[in-house]
Amino acid sequence: MRVAAWTEAELGVEGAVREVVRAPEGVLSARGADIDPTSPEMVQLAADLVATMRVSPGCVGLAANQVGVGVRMFCVDVTEHPKARTLHGTFVLCNAEVVESSRNEKAREGCMSVPDFTGDVKRASRLTVRGRIPGTGEEVEFATDAFEARALQHEIDHTDGLLFLDRVAGAHAIYPRQTYL
Amino acid sequence: MSNDLYAVTVIGHDRPGIIAATTNGLAGLGLNIEDSTMTLLRGHFAMMLLCRGAVDGAQVESALASLAGGGDLDVAVRPVTDEPTPAAGGSAWVLTVHGGDRPGIVSEVVGQVAAAGGNITDLTTRLAGELYLLVAELDLPVGADVEAVDGAIRAAAERVGVRATLRPAEADEL
Repeated sequence: MRVAAWTEAELGVEGAVREVVRAPEGVLSARGADIDPTSPEMVQLAADLVATMRVSPGCVGLAANQVGVGVRMFCVDVTEHPKARTLHGTFVLCNAEVVESSRNEKAREGCMSVPDFTGDVKRASRLTVRGRIPGTGEEVEFATDAFEARALQHEIDHTDGLLFLDRVAGAHAIYPRQTYL
Repeated sequence: MSNDLYAVTVIGHDRPGIIAATTNGLAGLGLNIEDSTMTLLRGHFAMMLLCRGAVDGAQVESALASLAGGGDLDVAVRPVTDEPTPAAGGSAWVLTVHGGDRPGIVSEVVGQVAAAGGNITDLTTRLAGELYLLVAELDLPVGADVEAVDGAIRAAAERVGVRATLRPAEADEL
């Protein structure tokens, strides 16, 4: 399967760790621009997102606007997560959208850009997404479930300028925390 | 002696045992605790509860007097009447507002809810660093123009430089 076989080595550039921005930074609340996934600048950004995700403890996904770039790109890797079932390893998607979703489940989420809170969010546990791979620009469409589905919806929300805060289940579904885990 | 309903509020410096001491005093009078809520507001203890029993207000105050004795807790007791159950109908919504902190965010946004005849039924606001966050649960009356309310809320949020999202409150009936 194309996405599962993908690694950041395909990008052919070294990723640099970028600074992660925090709410209320405006770039987090604005929909990103659709991009040309084959442009060298976007290939470098893809490598940077993966590099930044790798050095951030507990981070299973990172969107471009979280590093201050208002474009629709994100990376995901939930490989080590105990709640994950279907796995596609490390991947980056550009201009991604949800094709189909079903079976909502509520679970608690956090976000590197909102380090002081977690919140209960209901999301689909079965998901089909479509997007483009950086570098080659080829379009991919695939189905996933469980925690990978949740991570994808969280990241696609970022590209649309939405935080998990915009989807919390109610006034008592927000929890303060001291450190990002 | 009637079966009166009392609202008790306890606010002040947090420490272990406040709830235990409060409820012990109430139980000693045979009062039954009905609805209650307690939280920490920037570290301050804040509790409100409704309790019912065949006692007068002075007895309740006396039973809780030792709580306020240290001078770091405010305790208030007042009689309240039973509220009628709200009529069914309308629709339930969750409103999230977040953005850079500044005075007036809450009043600007919830003013739009009030203007539409909406009723806020639960509210949490939190300040963490520069991030201000509000999550409210609210009911809109039957016939409310939800699109117009949503637009007014978003415009109000924009005026104070924050983002607002209004979503239907989902309840899974099992």
